[in-house]
Amino acid sequence: MAKQIEVAGLDAYYGSHKAIEGISMTIEPRSVTAFIGPSGCGKSTFLRTLNRMHEVIPGARVVGKVRLEDQDLYGADVDPVSVRRTIGMVFQRPNPFPTMSIFDNVAAGLRLNGRYSRSELEGIVEESLKGANLWNEVKDRLNKPGAGLSGGQQQRLCIARAIAVRPQVLLMDEPCSALDPISTLAIEDLISQLKQDYTIVIVTHNMQQAARVSDKTAFFNLAAQGQPGKLVEMDDTSKIFTNPAEKATEDYITGRFG
Amino acid sequence: MTTQTRTQTRTGIRTTTGIQPVSAARRAKDRLVQALVYLAFALAVIPLLSVLWLVVKNGIGRFDLEFLTHSMRNIGARDAGGGAYHAIIGTLEQVLLASLIAVPIGLLTAIYLVEYGEGGRLSRIISFFVDVMTGVPSVVSGLFILAFWILVLGMPFSGFAGALALSILMMPVVVRSAEEMLRLVPRELREASYALGVPKWRTIVKVVLPTAFTGIVTGVMLAVARVAGETAPLLLTVFITDSINNNPFDGPQMGLPLYVFDQAGRPTDTAINRAWTGALTLILIVMLLNLVARLITWWRSPARRR
Repeated sequence: MAKQIEVAGLDAYYGSHKAIEGISMTIEPRSVTAFIGPSGCGKSTFLRTLNRMHEVIPGARVVGKVRLEDQDLYGADVDPVSVRRTIGMVFQRPNPFPTMSIFDNVAAGLRLNGRYSRSELEGIVEESLKGANLWNEVKDRLNKPGAGLSGGQQQRLCIARAIAVRPQVLLMDEPCSALDPISTLAIEDLISQLKQDYTIVIVTHNMQQAARVSDKTAFFNLAAQGQPGKLVEMDDTSKIFTNPAEKATEDYITGRFG
Repeated sequence: MTTQTRTQTRTGIRTTTGIQPVSAARRAKDRLVQALVYLAFALAVIPLLSVLWLVVKNGIGRFDLEFLTHSMRNIGARDAGGGAYHAIIGTLEQVLLASLIAVPIGLLTAIYLVEYGEGGRLSRIISFFVDVMTGVPSVVSGLFILAFWILVLGMPFSGFAGALALSILMMPVVVRSAEEMLRLVPRELREASYALGVPKWRTIVKVVLPTAFTGIVTGVMLAVARVAGETAPLLLTVFITDSINNNPFDGPQMGLPLYVFDQAGRPTDTAINRAWTGALTLILIVMLLNLVARLITWWRSPARRR
């Protein structure tokens, strides 16, 4: 199920502004890769290029290659919709669909893409909610609106919604930055479980979080305001946090800037 | 702080923090502005209430079963009795037809402007012309249909011709209100849907439109309320009749605004009373439609299930 992502020489633009430049990396399957770096360095932009969400923004475009196993995601005949079906995403702010119930939220990706019988849906919804550690909290009120849950529950609902379509990769854009420490812990536990089955990429501003959950860490930085962001280095998380190769990485993780 | 001093406030209260009570001048200004706001509110509401009161007081007398079930056929200005059944049918049919034309076109235009136009040349041109259409006087839309549909194409006066004229008036209102509502749908919801691998058109149909549904219905109701009371375009396209004509596609029809206009122009008390009752009926119909819309939005709202 989990697959490897390979990126080569990737630039991303917003109109004429180049947001990230020359990024190459390999993301291993069944592992958690964390992106860290100061605000505006392009980690979220880079994350969004991995499932072609970047181009949803008017004027945004990408140059370079992203490969999922042997498939070029930016190939001429590739349907971005099917890319996003394969590579799921969880956003910074929990965003359940306000008009839908908890059940419908989780089933949304399936229902909007194809025909499933009620019993199939029920099975997948239960499995996904269990996968997101939310089942016990919501099993008695599946037909209540998703927006009525707490922030942490909403975020886990969004994770359940993302894994319900059975993606091969799960991208998470600062999934805990709007949550309290207890909900954060719940999500982090969940990430460690999910990595058994998925390739997970997580953007975070929280260095402890990167150290806790990830196997590999990539540090992004930008030379100056208005310059494109670049990948400074990427290595095993333990190495990045104890003995980074680059001075800039050390300065950042020890809190000397950023 | 080493040089902490006691502050003497204007009202004479001593504090150590420098935080002062509200000064008399500000208090007075606050009162003044508050009074102005209440005054403005009263000025806005008094005409409204007095219109309602007048219509109810003068119209309630003839608001009976005969009025609702009979037409004006063979009833002269001096005769008592008679009713507005033909006008009620006409208004309902014309407004319904106008909505059937204007709402889909207006909604699709709004969807184009918000979801696909992306501020391009075409969407700016459309926006401009929608603004221009908003300012078109209602009689002009009637004249346009009269000139084009009836005189050039040779179609008869009919309820449908009136509906065409009304739909011209409705369209910009629907476009503008639906556009506002669609823009209010957060970008994150669209992205959440895209990230699940849902195509754009399904995202619009299944996520964006349901989220904006309540607001869109309200906008449509405003548009309906606006055109339901139009007289001038109907005068030029629907013509006037005293008989019942259930077929909106052939021959002159009546409408409640026309009925009011027609009856109020006749010189007898019985006719004038019928005009008042016609106005009351029109207000009630619009209110009823609004109530139905409220019910629909309430029934569809997630709050109901909470």
